[in-house]
Amino acid sequence: MRRQPLPAWADIILIPIINITLALLVAGVVIALIGENPFKAFAVMFQGAFGYAEGIGYTLYYATNFIFTGLAVAIAFHAMLFNIGGEGQAYIGGLGVALVLLTFDHVLPFWILLPLAIAAAMLFGAAWAAIPAYLQAYRGSHIVITTIMFNFIASNLMVYLLVNVFIVPGSMSPESRVFDQTAWLPTVHDFLARFGIDVAASPLNLSFVIALIAGVFVWLFVWHTRWGYAIRTVGFSEPAAEYAGISAKKIIMLTMLISGALAGMAGINEIMGVQHKLLLDFVAGYGFTGIAVALMGRNHPLGIVLSSILFGALYQGGADLTFEMPNISREMVTAIQGFIILFSGALTYMSRPWLERLFGLFVREKSTEEVPHGR
Amino acid sequence: MASTDTTSSELTLAIDLRNISKSFGTVQANKHVNLKVEAGTIHGIVGENGAGKSTLMSILYGFYEADAGEIYIFGKRTPIRNSSDAIAAGIGMVHQHFMLVENFTVLENVMLGAESGAMLGRSITDAAAELDRLEREFGLAVEKDALISDLPVGQLQRVEILKALYRGARILILDEPTGVLTPQETDQLFAILRSLREQGTTVIIITHKLREIMVLTDQVSVMRQGEIVASRVTSETSREELAELMVGRKVRMSIDKTPAQPGEALLRVENLSVHDHYGVARLDRVSLEVRAGEIVGIAGVSGNGQSELLDVLSGILPPGEGEVLINGHTVTPEHATNPEQVRSYSVAHVPEDRLKRGLVREFIAAESAILGYHNASEYNGVFLTKPSAIIDHTHHLMEAFDVRPAHPTLKSANFSGGNQQKLILAREMDPGPKVLLVGQPTRGVDIGAIEFIHKQIVAMRDEGSAVLLVSGELDELMSLADRIIVMFEGRIVGEVAASEADEKMLGLMMANAHTPTSTVSEEVPA
Amino acid sequence: MDANITTEIISTLSATMRVSTPLILAAMAGIFSERSGIVDISLEGKLLAGAFISAAVAAVTGSAWLGLGAAIVVTMLLSLLHGFASITHNGDQVVSGVAINIIVSGMTVVLGIAWFHQSGQTPSLPNTARFMPLHLPGSETIGSIPILGDIYTKILSGHNLLVYVAFLSVALTWWVLFKTRFGLRLRAVGENPKAVDTAGISVAWLRYRAVLIAGILTGIGGTYISIAQNASFIREMSAGQGYIALAAMIFGKWKPVPAMFASLMFGFLDALSIRLQGVEIAGIGQIPVQAIQALPYILTVAILASFAGRAIAPKADGVPYVKER
Repeated sequence: MRRQPLPAWADIILIPIINITLALLVAGVVIALIGENPFKAFAVMFQGAFGYAEGIGYTLYYATNFIFTGLAVAIAFHAMLFNIGGEGQAYIGGLGVALVLLTFDHVLPFWILLPLAIAAAMLFGAAWAAIPAYLQAYRGSHIVITTIMFNFIASNLMVYLLVNVFIVPGSMSPESRVFDQTAWLPTVHDFLARFGIDVAASPLNLSFVIALIAGVFVWLFVWHTRWGYAIRTVGFSEPAAEYAGISAKKIIMLTMLISGALAGMAGINEIMGVQHKLLLDFVAGYGFTGIAVALMGRNHPLGIVLSSILFGALYQGGADLTFEMPNISREMVTAIQGFIILFSGALTYMSRPWLERLFGLFVREKSTEEVPHGR
Repeated sequence: MASTDTTSSELTLAIDLRNISKSFGTVQANKHVNLKVEAGTIHGIVGENGAGKSTLMSILYGFYEADAGEIYIFGKRTPIRNSSDAIAAGIGMVHQHFMLVENFTVLENVMLGAESGAMLGRSITDAAAELDRLEREFGLAVEKDALISDLPVGQLQRVEILKALYRGARILILDEPTGVLTPQETDQLFAILRSLREQGTTVIIITHKLREIMVLTDQVSVMRQGEIVASRVTSETSREELAELMVGRKVRMSIDKTPAQPGEALLRVENLSVHDHYGVARLDRVSLEVRAGEIVGIAGVSGNGQSELLDVLSGILPPGEGEVLINGHTVTPEHATNPEQVRSYSVAHVPEDRLKRGLVREFIAAESAILGYHNASEYNGVFLTKPSAIIDHTHHLMEAFDVRPAHPTLKSANFSGGNQQKLILAREMDPGPKVLLVGQPTRGVDIGAIEFIHKQIVAMRDEGSAVLLVSGELDELMSLADRIIVMFEGRIVGEVAASEADEKMLGLMMANAHTPTSTVSEEVPA
Repeated sequence: MDANITTEIISTLSATMRVSTPLILAAMAGIFSERSGIVDISLEGKLLAGAFISAAVAAVTGSAWLGLGAAIVVTMLLSLLHGFASITHNGDQVVSGVAINIIVSGMTVVLGIAWFHQSGQTPSLPNTARFMPLHLPGSETIGSIPILGDIYTKILSGHNLLVYVAFLSVALTWWVLFKTRFGLRLRAVGENPKAVDTAGISVAWLRYRAVLIAGILTGIGGTYISIAQNASFIREMSAGQGYIALAAMIFGKWKPVPAMFASLMFGFLDALSIRLQGVEIAGIGQIPVQAIQALPYILTVAILASFAGRAIAPKADGVPYVKER
């Protein structure tokens, strides 16, 4: 049977949609196996994520984290690096934010605290990525393994710091004190209330806007700067980079530092925007979700923003789902992420031959403008 | 047609391909190919790059499955779906890129896939005995326990032939077997093939070198654009006729060029050595100079230091010892450099491996067209690049070097080999470099583009550039270069004026059997 | 005093054997997979899945053996999934592995809660549903010999069956890789799949067999973690051991015996750090428990940093086999 090469739109839109559908299909089967009705479950999730203003707020709040971690994974992918360490980098980024705010919240005004906190989030996140990056670039150590190890190390480090250093004397829970209100990021509902617009309260805050700005920055950086050009050259072909005089080692460092900095920014949303204190496990898997987000968004900021919203909906809807169907735990969302990574990351083009045949049925042969292929 | 009346002639046919077609995506690599090869003969298949020779043989060997058509082996219809079908039918193949496991011994490679049983012990004894027999019968001696990675190329090819014979091949296919051999090694190979023919083996050889067809084969088939356009008895045809059949028009076999007018030395290498990380000398006290207005060719069997020389001169590899003077700038181990800096010395580099280094397949043509020049101020603002400047420049390059299709936003991978190469040459030659380093400028390029590329290189010389040309094609070196330097094991073993060079003499020098320049210096005073 | 130190050393070495077992099994699994050219980050997920399934099945049936069998079936299915993505569809092997790890991380808890309602744990198992310590024959007689006797009875003897299976798997791996036709082809396909293909051998089928063997070994390793070393499944209980096993495999240069020693070294340091917990060290004081817990991960990084650059992986490791055109 004749196959027709796919048009660009099918490649960019149709295939991702097919992959998500497959992932949700598998998730539906799992839900059915547990003994719940998958259609009802997905309806509950959709309602929970988009059905009411508070739900939407939560969806976008989660999405904020995923945009940061998704961009972090994506920029590394452009240099053919797999940064699985978003989890630890976000965790340590939050530590940086907390250090700044705990030190200066009573001293400095908000408009100085914000850039300082952002700088700290990026610096700490980048620093946590720097060692695996260095080891990959200069020692050839497998960055997938080292970044995972750094997640474990970050987790132990934070437990130690919270239990021994940040804990409020006399308190039983390993948490820092709450920051002064001047150091809180304005929430969207507060901001809109000033203009007389009444929106249900949610954790959605200014960092969503910062995340979108980060998306634009990554887009410009990767496709419209000479450094992005160098990153993509290294990612596609190290011999070509070497020939062109681009140092792969330096590019690995540069890319991973930016990647870590972006992941660290999740700390701004969580620590400065929502929790207003440093606490255990606030990253809650956002770093891993970034992998799914990046793969589904095809490593493009626009795709990442869209898939972040989808994952935000999964998280938020998943929370509602657990409430309505206690038999389905929150970790269902983790499993769905795994399915999405599988279908859109490892089985990306499974459906392509079928689609090509399908298109071949509809499209008449037109080989007038054939480009000769080289060998 | 009734099949009965053809049986007698078909019995002598080792191979009879009928109506074979194969396409990859939108490209049709083989179109209704019919090929008959008589048993016990040496049959040549010639054609340009991309004519479909390798695809056809890969179908015969079961590496690809044909879309349509039938295969008859010794008169019997034989469906070949994979390599084991082909092996079972008595077909063996020596691939252009050897199919050997580098960290295995010769013996392990020979028995791989043809072991005697589930345990290795007996396989090893059996294979060793069989290798001894083959050595006696065909004079194919190899070191059985040597690691593949330790053997020279000529030996590797021998291992490949032994692999095929060990599997009982009665038909042996060789794909471009002489590309990596010296002329003398080629002669040895041909002797082996002739003795195989005497013993009744049918040999098919794919090549683009017409000279080899003429000296070796009994019959020859010519492929062009996926089809067999002619079959000839070798003794009744000529190089000129075959060349014309390959290209589809008359071809001029030589290049017009005036004698060189050498000026000052723009490139001078003194006692340059480079060692790899095993401590092996890849370049060994190399000294040479290239002057403005001349083309210096580097000959040698691939892997004898030519690549490393280009890499050092272009700034990719740091010199280990010695000194490089390049357009007035000195590069030493203490003052190493990098490719970007070397470009700023008005040096351009057309890399040997077009697909790996010369461009990025996934990039659009305009992105590949600034590779290495991507930091130049014309293409960059303070933070952002200037896409329109890049596109305009690419248009200009494509026009100047006749790159087709002239679409700067088309993916680099979607251009033919010749057009990719022209884009790279355009990128490197357009700035008007004083020193031009060129590696394998016409490898995998069709004949039409070869003529164009050769003219451009000569034009560059005539404008006063110093050109260093590394090529595996002796014909190309002899017609393009003004002087030819021969390298062997990282050393320069000889130099001749191109006008005085011939293939035999260069071949002897490439094997270090004949060293006209160094014999004098090495003579021990009595 | 002296006797005390001797007891300490003996119990640390004995603990080393126990802690190393899952690492050894997973490292052998990694060797089979990567020698065939398939990178397997999902060793971690397979250990976790094996741990969960064996504990769940043993809890329901009361049989450790059924638990082991079920765990092996499930980990082989996960291997098939990994193979389907990376062999059949030439997908990114690392991404496929990470996907499996995340799927397992979620599914073990989802199913655990749905089946047992104990916030992701499985019920605590009675000894009859576990693999219990065995005493090697002749312990009493040999035990009386000084030093040798102690080594035999207190370090080598007294472990459960799966510990011995792990060490047996090392010998088997070596024998299969270097003494059988299958091993020859397996090593070849990880170096140069094209050579194997043109020799008339199916690349895909060879690689599928390799990942299936990895599935069996990780199934045993996971079972060991939950129903031999422990008495129930606890969420995330594999705790990175799959990754550490990968590091041990790299450190062992993809060879069975060196990889076993690397696993033992990781195990020894782990056992030692558990001993150090709460101990006052002169000049330093008490080492924080978190530092001790982080030690295996730090060590993994340190070992990768010091040796990985020089270790040479099978040439075709991680590269999908595509008949190029």
